[in-house]
Order: sequence, then structure tokens, then C-alpha cells
Amino acid sequence: MVNPIIKLENLNFYYGVVKALSNITMNFNRNCVTAIIGPSGCGKSTLLRLLNRMNDLIDNTRVEGKVEIDGKDIYSNNVDPVEVRKKVGMVFQKPNPFPKSIYKNIAFGPKINRLARGSKLDDLVEESLKAAALWDEVKDILHHSAMELSGGQQQRLCIARALAMKPEILLMDEPTSALDPISTARIEDLIEDLKEKYSIIIVTHNMQQAARISDFTAFLYLGQLIEYDKTEKIFTNPSNKKTEDYITGRFG
Amino acid sequence: MKKRKIISKFGTFILRLSAFLVIGAIGIIIYFIIYHGISVISWEFLTSMPVDSMTKGGIFPAIVGTFYLSFGAIIVAFPLGVAAGIYMSEYAKEGIILRIIRIGINNLAGVPSVVFGLFGLALFVVYFKFGSSILSGSLTLGFLILPTIIAASEEALKSVPPTFREASLALGVSKISTILKVVLPSALPGILTGSILGIARAAGETAPIMFTAAAFYTAKLPSSIFDEVMALPYHIYVLATAGTNIEKTRPIQYGTALILLILILCINMVAILIRFHIRRKRKW
Repeated sequence: MVNPIIKLENLNFYYGVVKALSNITMNFNRNCVTAIIGPSGCGKSTLLRLLNRMNDLIDNTRVEGKVEIDGKDIYSNNVDPVEVRKKVGMVFQKPNPFPKSIYKNIAFGPKINRLARGSKLDDLVEESLKAAALWDEVKDILHHSAMELSGGQQQRLCIARALAMKPEILLMDEPTSALDPISTARIEDLIEDLKEKYSIIIVTHNMQQAARISDFTAFLYLGQLIEYDKTEKIFTNPSNKKTEDYITGRFG
Repeated sequence: MKKRKIISKFGTFILRLSAFLVIGAIGIIIYFIIYHGISVISWEFLTSMPVDSMTKGGIFPAIVGTFYLSFGAIIVAFPLGVAAGIYMSEYAKEGIILRIIRIGINNLAGVPSVVFGLFGLALFVVYFKFGSSILSGSLTLGFLILPTIIAASEEALKSVPPTFREASLALGVSKISTILKVVLPSALPGILTGSILGIARAAGETAPIMFTAAAFYTAKLPSSIFDEVMALPYHIYVLATAGTNIEKTRPIQYGTALILLILILCINMVAILIRFHIRRKRKW
């Protein structure tokens, strides 16, 4: 696999004494959509949250092994998690806009991190909303509360908010599981467009979704990486029996 | 069967009676105070100085004093209480230290107010040599309402959904900025409600200011924070126990009580309105 953006090496993760991920070694490719699938509790979200150090927020957890982004181990001592998160954006399962205006939601990150101000900030907000395919719907109501938007719009707002920080990588944790089919389709289209500029890693419960939108798929089971390959291969000709059982719906 | 029904009915009746008794009690108190005090209430009563050894005239300096003391108390307690609330909600991990802090706060809330008065006398009036003054009284009242404000702050901060914090942190925003720019603004209405109730409490207290701030009578309004002041609750106490003519000043006592009651009711009303406003607006 060429030109990986993230390299995982012998990654182990513990919640207290419970081992949630064991010995994961894999690479995520640049400008690709990589889907992580697997039954509930298999460690999908845990793995995703390791990539932007969101698991740091949970007490009593421990990481072993290496997570390299652009060749730099993000868990080495001199790395500030805040800096990691600037480069690695995240979209959550449930849309979580701030109770502020649409404009302020997008401008929040860039403003605090002093990426832009004044008219440059306005441009950045517009650019981000356009990139998230939300601009046309909200351009006249930028100063209305983000809470007035529909669930699907809120999720695209959250994507725009993450894009405004100009990350390299976008992590998505079941971004459509709280949305209706039409909103889901829009977000899936959006993901297709976004991979030109960003490397996207998406956790999903929905196997059709993984098959539709991803270039690579990783199948996780009980904290172990069972199979990782081109999406096409995983869904048509998996080499592992467990993968086959899962994608054909025999368990999970 | 029938017997059980009667018992059940009787039980319900007792419970209902207990609940209505509360309304009855507050109703009687308010009626009593209005009945005895309304006669002296006038614009002049509110805006003029007491005259003739406080047997006539108004209660203007006591209103001003109560205002200064409550305001001073909140200036002392608000930053301290909010900071402590932030620490407890956002930084401290559940464990022995947090439990000790909680026990401390609960005990502080349970300390009788007269003990606060003596504490203020010893520390602020005597040791720091602030004398009996607005400063000493405000500090003492500030400590008195501190537990209320800490509890309100902690509660309000904890009720901010964790997803807001996650969203902000995931954008590469530091923890302190997340707290100041996202969590605190969302919690502010709740914190304000608690603080306003704190002000109401401070306005009505007598014992803490007795030794630390309140004057029997002042001829002039205070000009600095080192001046003694008159205050509504203390004025009532003085007139009712040590005035020159206790019987003659009864209407003034009740009038002052009425003003104090209205003041506290108004303050509480503001808190209720804020809370009502948030409940309607909040969408998370």
C-alpha cells in the first residue's frame, strides 16, 4: 500500500485492566476513505479515538505501541494532544453543534487557534460550508442558532466545523447512524468529494455504507484486526472465514 | 374493603393538609406583615433618613446598606464560587480529595449564621483591622453564600452535555479555552440563578452583619467600604429589641420587614424568570 498517512504498529489499548485493542498493525492511506467495520464493542470507536488522542480524556486508560502520523509518533512524550487534534478532525455519531450561531460554530476553532480573522475568517467560514455542501442552505441564516437546523444539516455543519481547521485527516464515528436515509445519502456523497483533499477514516455499523463509500475496509473483531484489504476484496472475496460470516450477516 | 378505603382517604387528606399548611404559613406571615406594616409605606419612607431617634422618618440608609452588603457579598463569592465549581466539575477526579472538598462545602453550608458573624468579627474586623465596615460585612456574607454558589456552579457546569466539550477538544482547542468559551457560557444561566438566590440569602441575614458591618444608626450614607452601614434586617432587630420606643415604632418595624420581604421576593423572582427563560430556550 502506497504512501500511508497513518501507521499503526503493535498497538494495544487498555481500559483499566480490560484489553480493548490488541496488537494492531496497519496503515491508513492518504486521500482514501477507509472504513472500519465490526460488531458492537469490537473496538472500532476506540481505535478511531486513538488517532486524535480523544481517549486521553478517559481516566485509567493505557496505550502501548506506536501511532505515527506523517512519520511522527503522536504518543511520544513531547507531543501535545491539542496539536494532534488540529491536524486530525473528528465528526461524532450524534451531531453536536455548539449552542451558538451557524457562523460562530464554524469560526470557533479557527478563531481560538488564530488561523484567520476579519474578512479572511468570513471567507474560511464560507469555504468550509461550501466544502460540506451546506452553504446554499444556510448562507442567508448564518447568524441563526445552529440548533434550528435539521439533524442532517447539523451533521454537515459539524463536518464544516472540522474542515475549517484545515485538517489532513478526518475521523468519522458512525456519522450517519442518527440520520434519515436522505441525509445519509447526502453525507455519503460528501465523503466521496472530500477524499480528494482529506484522508478519511470512518467507523460504521452499516456494511452497505462501507461497501458504497470506502476504498479500504478493516474488519475488527474482539479488539483484533481480522482482515484489512481493498473494500472490493473484503466484500466479494474475503480471505478470512470470520469476515465472511460477518459481512453475510451470520453474526454481529 | 370499605375500611381500607376510609384509611386511604384519610391518609390522602393528611398529606394534602400538610402541603397546604405550607402555603397557609407563608400566607399568614405575609398577611400579618402587610396588615401591620402597610400603613407606614410611602415614597418618603423609602427615600428619607430616620429622624427623632428612629421613631419617625424613613429607612433609606438601611435599604442602601443592604444593597451595598449584598452586592459586596456577591463580588466576593461569585468569582471564588465559580472558580471552585469549575475545579470540581472539570478538573478534580472523583476520589478522596473531591469527597473531602464536598464535605467541607456541606459543612460550611451548615454552619449557623451567627458563627459566621463571630468568624467575621475575629478575622476581618479584628485581625485584618477592617473594623465594622461594608468590607468586613461583605466578606462575611460572601463566605456565608459561598457554598450556595459553588453548588450551583458545579451543578450547572455538570449539566452541560459532554458532547460540547468533546466537539471543542476535537477541534484542537485546549481544555481551558474549551471551559471558558464553550462550557462556562452554556452553564452561565444556571450559575446566575444560584448566585441570585445567594444574594437574596445575603440580603436577609442579620447575625453575620451584626458584629461586622451593621450600625445601630448612621447620620450619613456610607462614603467608603470602610464605613459602617445600616441594613434592613438589623434595623428591624434594633427597633424591635433596643429602640427608644419599641411599642411606638412597631409600624416602622413591620414596614421595614415588608420592604425586606418585597426585596427578597423580587430577587427570587428574577432568578425564577431566568430559569424559566433557559428552560424554554435550551434545546439540548
